[in-house]
Amino acid sequence: MLPMFSFREKLLHRLSILVIVVVLAIYLIPLYWLIATSLKTWQDIDSVPPKWVFRPVADNYQRLFFTVVTDQRGTRVVGTSEYPWRFLNSIIIGLVSTVLAVGLGTLCAYATSRFRVAAKDDLLFFILSTRMLPPMVVVIPIFLMYRALGLRDTHLGLIILYTTFNVSFAVWLMKGYLDEIPKDYEEAAMLDRLSRFRAFVKVVLPQALPAIATTAVFCLISAWNEFAFSLILTESQAATAPRTITSKLGSAGIDWGQIAAGAVLFLLPVALFTFIVRHHLLRGVTFGTIKR
Amino acid sequence: MPVSVRQRRPVWKRALTDQQIKIAFITPTLLLLLAMNIFPLIWSLYLSFCEYYADQPESPRWVGIANYRALLTDPEIWHSFQVTAAFVFLAVGTEFILGFGLALLFHRSFAGKGLLLTLFLIPMMLSPVVVGLFWKFIFDPNWGIIDYLLRLPGFEWVTHPRRALWALVIVDAWMWTPFIMLIALAGLSAIPQSLYEAAAVDRASSWFKFRHITLPMVSPLLIIALLIRTMDAAKLFDLPWTLTDEGGPGNATETVSLLIYRLAFKMQDTGSSCALAYILLVIIIALSNLFLRQLKKVKGEL
Repeated sequence: MLPMFSFREKLLHRLSILVIVVVLAIYLIPLYWLIATSLKTWQDIDSVPPKWVFRPVADNYQRLFFTVVTDQRGTRVVGTSEYPWRFLNSIIIGLVSTVLAVGLGTLCAYATSRFRVAAKDDLLFFILSTRMLPPMVVVIPIFLMYRALGLRDTHLGLIILYTTFNVSFAVWLMKGYLDEIPKDYEEAAMLDRLSRFRAFVKVVLPQALPAIATTAVFCLISAWNEFAFSLILTESQAATAPRTITSKLGSAGIDWGQIAAGAVLFLLPVALFTFIVRHHLLRGVTFGTIKR
Repeated sequence: MPVSVRQRRPVWKRALTDQQIKIAFITPTLLLLLAMNIFPLIWSLYLSFCEYYADQPESPRWVGIANYRALLTDPEIWHSFQVTAAFVFLAVGTEFILGFGLALLFHRSFAGKGLLLTLFLIPMMLSPVVVGLFWKFIFDPNWGIIDYLLRLPGFEWVTHPRRALWALVIVDAWMWTPFIMLIALAGLSAIPQSLYEAAAVDRASSWFKFRHITLPMVSPLLIIALLIRTMDAAKLFDLPWTLTDEGGPGNATETVSLLIYRLAFKMQDTGSSCALAYILLVIIIALSNLFLRQLKKVKGEL
């Protein structure tokens, strides 16, 4: 940034980078420790002093996905555990709610971006304010509502709820992106006698595709991570992965190796997706309001 | 003429007018928000004035402000508000100082900057409930890496009445310091270089430049970052669910959200839990109004 002149400034520059690298190394220890634990045998996890270097094994992952029995005939796999099914629930509920939220959000964002809407600012701020609601405040009446409608512990119930809390976010993020696409393109298309709707589908949507993909990643991550609603509104049928990972605590002693394996598999996709949208994180975490 | 051609088509084949598109595009989102947010909130406002136990067959009975009066005189409620306030203050304060500090260090160009920055940003995207779970392991007095690195074998964190709150603050800061850093960095890089050059001509000190150029230029964005964090921290639920076992030890780290959960789903006292939820809601609405006002201000300036 700053042009460097003096020896002192150069030294400061080097020193800053050194501090950043050291802080980052310390910062990442917990993540390293999590991954290491997931690959350790119980003897290695239990060892004092802790082992930084060890021989990795996949046992914890195997025990996560399969029910393993050890008796006089040796150790063998007798069936799958509940974990893959909860993982599948997370994927289904996450994907469907993301498609719905981004779809509805893009339409609403287009209308507010291109048309005159009465009390537009109030409308947009109302939409944003629903995102600020504490889950614990909303979940009690939703629980009663779902109980009356028979939506408890159903995929549909969580999908509707996750769509709701993501749609406000999608509207804001998409509006930020759509405002940046010049109106000239669709106006040119409309001069070529395309209807407004066809111009939206054929001209605006293709241009907005990267933005839609980015918005979808953020919605997917927040649906994937959601815990409070899933805890209260599901039992087993539609329970998502975070519930299973955390419920391992109660069952017969604490199997830290297996918990670590579950956590790694759950966090890894999010870390990858974060990497994919890294240039959009600032927009994503500020509802599209800060653009640079 | 295109207009007359369109008019002669049957109604269902006519192209949608802008007005129709506008209504068709906005209505679904609004209906969803009304059905899933506004309607439930109105219902729970009604329930907050009722005696109602969700597991009992009796229907809600109107009791006026009795729930609110009982809550506001209950020391347990005040305790949970104090825990939440202390957490918000300590966590957001730590994140602000460290995050702004890191942003000042990061505000220079060097090879590999993008990669280092991205690595810092991963934890804030992770699920708090799972983060709390593995930090519980990291804080463990027997196997935990923290006690080993600090040479304090057997030192209790999450099971200690006072240090449990600090454990929450440390983990929250681990997750969210980079959030403040990211926003502060955006603010710093938006400052026109010419301001510093002008100050250099006047032989201004580094402190003067920081105090009179850097700080006022980044503060609008920093305020937004702080308000987002404050709102989030005030709702804290997931992290202590796993890290301190639903607000333990005892109720040492029981935040307002955890207490609402306990009232509603363990004690089945639906009326009181709705009343407490509304008290929290009023606080969050006040904070979000500050946030939205700041947002309007900053958007006007940009």
